[in-house]
Amino acid sequence: MNKQTEPFLLDAAAEQVPQVGISRPHESAHLHVAGTATYTDDIPELAGTLHAALGMSTRAHARIKSVSLDKVRAAPGVVDVLTVDDIPGTNDCGPIIHDDPILARDVVQFIGQPVFIVVATSHDAARRAARLGVIDYEDLPPVLSPQAAHEAGSYVLPPMHLTRGEPAARIAGAAHQDSGKIHLGGQEQFYLEGQISYAAPRENDGMHVWCSTQHPTEMQHAVAHMLGWHAHQVLVECRRMGGGFGGKESQSALFACCAALAAWKLMCPVKLRPDRDDDMMITGKRHDFVFDYEVGHDDEGHIEGVKVQMVSRAGFSADLSGPVMTRAICHFDNAYWLPNVQIDGYCGKTNTQSNTAFRGFGGPQGAFAVEYILDNVARTVGKDSLDVRRANFYGKTENNVTPYGQTVEDNVIHELIDELVASSEYRARREATRAFNAASPVLKKGIAITPVKFGISFNVAHYNQAGALVHVYNDGSVLVNHGGTEMGQGLNTKVAMVVAHELGIRMERVRVTATDTSKVANTSATAASTGADLNGKAAQDAARQIRERLTAFAARKAGVEPSEVRFNDDLVSAGELRLSFGELAREAYVARVQLWSDGFYTTPKLHWDQKALQGRPFYYFAYGAACSEVLVDTLTGEWKLLRADALHDAGRSLNPAIDIGQVEGAFIQGMGWLTTEELWWNKDGKLMTHAPSTYKIPTVNDCPEAFNVRLFQNRNVEDSIHRSKAVGEPPLLLPFSVFFAIRDAVAALGDYRINPPLKAPATSEAILDAVDAVRAASAQGAAQAA
Amino acid sequence: METQTIRFFHRGQVKEVSDAPITRTVLQYLREDARCTGTKEGCAEGDCGACTVVIGELQDGGDVEFKAVNACIQFLPTLDGKALITVEDLRQADGTLHPVQEAMVECHGSQCGFCTPGFVMSLWALYQQHNPGGEAPSRQTICDALTGNLCRCTGYRPIIDAGERMMALPAPTDGKLDPKQIADTLRNLKRGETFRYRAQGQDFFAPRTAAEFGAIKAAQPDIRILAGSTDVGLWVTKQFRELGSLLYVGQVEDLNQIAQRDGMIEIGAAVTLEKAYAALNAAHPELEELWKRFASLPIRNAGTLGGNIANGSPIGDSMPALIALGAEVVLQHGETRRTLPLEDLYLAYQKTAMQPGEFVAALRVPVAGPQHFRTYKLSKRFDEDISAVCAAFGITVQDGIVTEARIAFGGMAATPKRAAATEAALTGQPWNEATARAGMAALAQDYTPLTDMRATASYRSRGAANLLYRFWLETASEALPAAAVNVRAPGAGTIAIVTA
Repeated sequence: MNKQTEPFLLDAAAEQVPQVGISRPHESAHLHVAGTATYTDDIPELAGTLHAALGMSTRAHARIKSVSLDKVRAAPGVVDVLTVDDIPGTNDCGPIIHDDPILARDVVQFIGQPVFIVVATSHDAARRAARLGVIDYEDLPPVLSPQAAHEAGSYVLPPMHLTRGEPAARIAGAAHQDSGKIHLGGQEQFYLEGQISYAAPRENDGMHVWCSTQHPTEMQHAVAHMLGWHAHQVLVECRRMGGGFGGKESQSALFACCAALAAWKLMCPVKLRPDRDDDMMITGKRHDFVFDYEVGHDDEGHIEGVKVQMVSRAGFSADLSGPVMTRAICHFDNAYWLPNVQIDGYCGKTNTQSNTAFRGFGGPQGAFAVEYILDNVARTVGKDSLDVRRANFYGKTENNVTPYGQTVEDNVIHELIDELVASSEYRARREATRAFNAASPVLKKGIAITPVKFGISFNVAHYNQAGALVHVYNDGSVLVNHGGTEMGQGLNTKVAMVVAHELGIRMERVRVTATDTSKVANTSATAASTGADLNGKAAQDAARQIRERLTAFAARKAGVEPSEVRFNDDLVSAGELRLSFGELAREAYVARVQLWSDGFYTTPKLHWDQKALQGRPFYYFAYGAACSEVLVDTLTGEWKLLRADALHDAGRSLNPAIDIGQVEGAFIQGMGWLTTEELWWNKDGKLMTHAPSTYKIPTVNDCPEAFNVRLFQNRNVEDSIHRSKAVGEPPLLLPFSVFFAIRDAVAALGDYRINPPLKAPATSEAILDAVDAVRAASAQGAAQAA
Repeated sequence: METQTIRFFHRGQVKEVSDAPITRTVLQYLREDARCTGTKEGCAEGDCGACTVVIGELQDGGDVEFKAVNACIQFLPTLDGKALITVEDLRQADGTLHPVQEAMVECHGSQCGFCTPGFVMSLWALYQQHNPGGEAPSRQTICDALTGNLCRCTGYRPIIDAGERMMALPAPTDGKLDPKQIADTLRNLKRGETFRYRAQGQDFFAPRTAAEFGAIKAAQPDIRILAGSTDVGLWVTKQFRELGSLLYVGQVEDLNQIAQRDGMIEIGAAVTLEKAYAALNAAHPELEELWKRFASLPIRNAGTLGGNIANGSPIGDSMPALIALGAEVVLQHGETRRTLPLEDLYLAYQKTAMQPGEFVAALRVPVAGPQHFRTYKLSKRFDEDISAVCAAFGITVQDGIVTEARIAFGGMAATPKRAAATEAALTGQPWNEATARAGMAALAQDYTPLTDMRATASYRSRGAANLLYRFWLETASEALPAAAVNVRAPGAGTIAIVTA
């Protein structure tokens, strides 16, 4: 429902003091730094609040023979212990496929799966008691890796296949063939604020749930289904999250349901805040993938045909694994024209945590595979990998249709890369790394540039809708509510800026409130980078309606045409009339003008056939590229990022400071995924990296001193909010350049002729493995030559 | 036992607590009892820094020393006599943000904001050290102060910028956190005798002298000694272990001394890791990297060298270096002391030569180390990570021949352990590549490492051997500079290298 913008509004906007396109601090920054920003656990507790903790499975796959909870009940402070039998409605919190039990019944499917809920008088008492449950198991054979699942044909969803052209024939007919396997690890979201829900019963069978979630509406539905209620009985509220990154899209539901179940059963407020270790043992992560590929290419490195089989670790249930695989398939092309391609996707069912959304949502995984393949191709043909990448870029007017049938209409990767190559001095520095390596026996340098093209919109068309409410009070202050959630990305700041801009008022007049399912209904998850695109447009729509009413009122009052009314910098002018925005609001109120409005937006042009994997799933693409230079120790595999340059396309940025923050944060987070962040399960299927002591996200010293991040000057060709582009996920792909720079450094040991078999994450150990493999292959090659 | 109340300074006044369990954490107190929810819980194990607060302690000279610590693993009774500064304290009385806070806003240093109070407190501790009148901290100093604060949103650059910006902003004027006034308050809280606190049947003792400490330990040999609580804290927050009564080392003045006599640096068991490493580093600058990589600053501010030694973890980072330096441990029973070579303290996994009632009183480290001494650490992450391998090499070379070798590793065996076979392979041999390679081969006789989530046995073995090779490269007659063999050495990657 894109309203035609009336010309006079656009003209007026051009003249006014802009409230968008400028750097502003996060709307809560002054609260963050003072410790007064309220997160769910900071809400003053209601009288009689009890605390819950979860009793978890200690087996990866087993039949539950019996559950003895006597010791739990007898523990100090324990009020009640609940099991699956206490659930009055549906024992499921799966977002799409209903295979996600809230509490295990009969069978446990991973180590960490919740089996019972302890409710006690304190958080500490609940946690202590939860350890006392005695569960008698009969072990069943577990499936502990995606490869094992694939070999067993065990999937959470049917496989997906996409073919264009004649990949097999073109690979066979190409001058060069290559094939291999790529290992790409998963990633824990590691939001600093863990999962938490706080549920309070309300009159007449109602439930109020404060939940740290990216998807309040889904939490509302999950709780309602669990209780056997209607949606209107449940209110879910979220002022802000201490980080989400996808981990609180679907997987906050289990905690919301458990808190609500206990609150319903005991008729008192119940808070459930799992300890960090429990959180990491229970919740799903970024899917790890194993890729098997075959590629055929010419002497220039043009890919003539490519086949890739993607097997992901879905975990024990489907959760969002299907859409994640779809996005992986739709990003295997990254920025490249692949005329003949076959992609087969399999969501392996394993007895591990159910993997879920994480910033990029499969896109980074799919794109990583093609980058790895191109990196190999470049070494095979003996060319700079940048030149091989460029040779395969999508064209602007030809060679511009994706394997899934969408025409790329906004391609700026050529000029973006040109600009980055120049600003990063890539060519000279690449030569310098070669010279350094020739003289350095232990430490080797590597450098790489990698591009990003990332599709924006939910792959499911109907999620691409949003609503907002804008209230102008009769003192001219403004309250905005919308369906998106604030997890640090600055969504509320951007939406407030859009509203301020639309009303020609200063930001200080605008206040954004908690996301609340009783205000805007049927919201979509704040995900897929679409938060500002969707909610910004919806809020703009609401503000515009109010402005139109105020324009008509002011024009009447001044006796001028509506086109002569101006809103600018808190002042309204119409002919001789000069009023502050507050005065106008007051007068309009007295004249009985409606000063509040709803707004609604749906993304146009989208269509998608999930069966055929064809259509236009994305409204537009965001682009970027980064150049990274690393130093690698070939004795230990230790490494250091010496310099990173990133250039990213945020369209006409709504708030450059916030967008640069997104780019930098995504870069470091993505670098962690590809280097130090390793998920490690033991032979029994127990995740052993379940706390920051063992799971290592980047620290401050991992941020390079030379870190040059800029926004690419661009304008969205589509009519997005002020022609900006979504920026949450795309830059997560920028640190591919770090991984491939490491690979470049290792390749120095084989005179750049041997492809280092480097796994991701490239831990020091993985790097040393690659070093040793290249040394061995190099020695073997030398022996054969001799 | 008569119980006393825990008295500490917080939010402008002296707080008294008399009913909290002895293992109540400072974070639990803040969030659940005092309802100061600005300080956050991110991990409850001292690894993320969301709970960072600043502790003010009265020093011998009468000044207050401020240091950032992790509230999630500090027990409340350890606050007795100290000041607790939290994020709620920083804004001035009129609501103006403190320069640290203002700089964070201006530099866009917060996104989700959850880690932010912890960063603010780490930066505030740094600010106090440099203001007024001090030089602005360097970028590296700022980063070192922030290694214990994880941020998942920003990528850190804007927070580092804020650390640089904060010193340029107008200083607070309201005198709310005036160190002199806090010092006056703490002087009034100072106790002359053992602080005794009892709750729920458990005692917490904080003696003032080693004699009192020894007497209590001798009388109650099983009593748990508490030092920085950086490991014991997790026994409570993660393992729910019942610790029984606690004997706290943190207030024992004569165990909190660093002295130099008879060619030895003597470090009392209560000295924090940060101060101990500063003293050791002055004599042995080769320890610099190990020091900075030994956990985070808040952990080093709380943890003690004595605790690390007594704990004896096979992956503790102090022991290999100290063993290679020829350190001795001073054990005390009652008032009787004895001295052991450090390597003789460790008998088996979590088993030491300490007798019942005995405790680590001090550590003695030779001022003069081996002619060539290096320590190296391999871990997944550079900062704040537990070693996969921690290595220390010390050799003396005369006329080209290795006359003495002291080599020790952590992460390679069930205890911190000397590499006897490797030392033998080097001793008496010319210090050349062949000898280094013989030593590398001999490591296989010394160690059979395990595979776990930190590294495989294979990586530990290869890494350990290659570190010995690195040591040879750095100490050979035609030695390579550290910057040629260590990616984190200053200048690495920027200097021209001569071919080996």
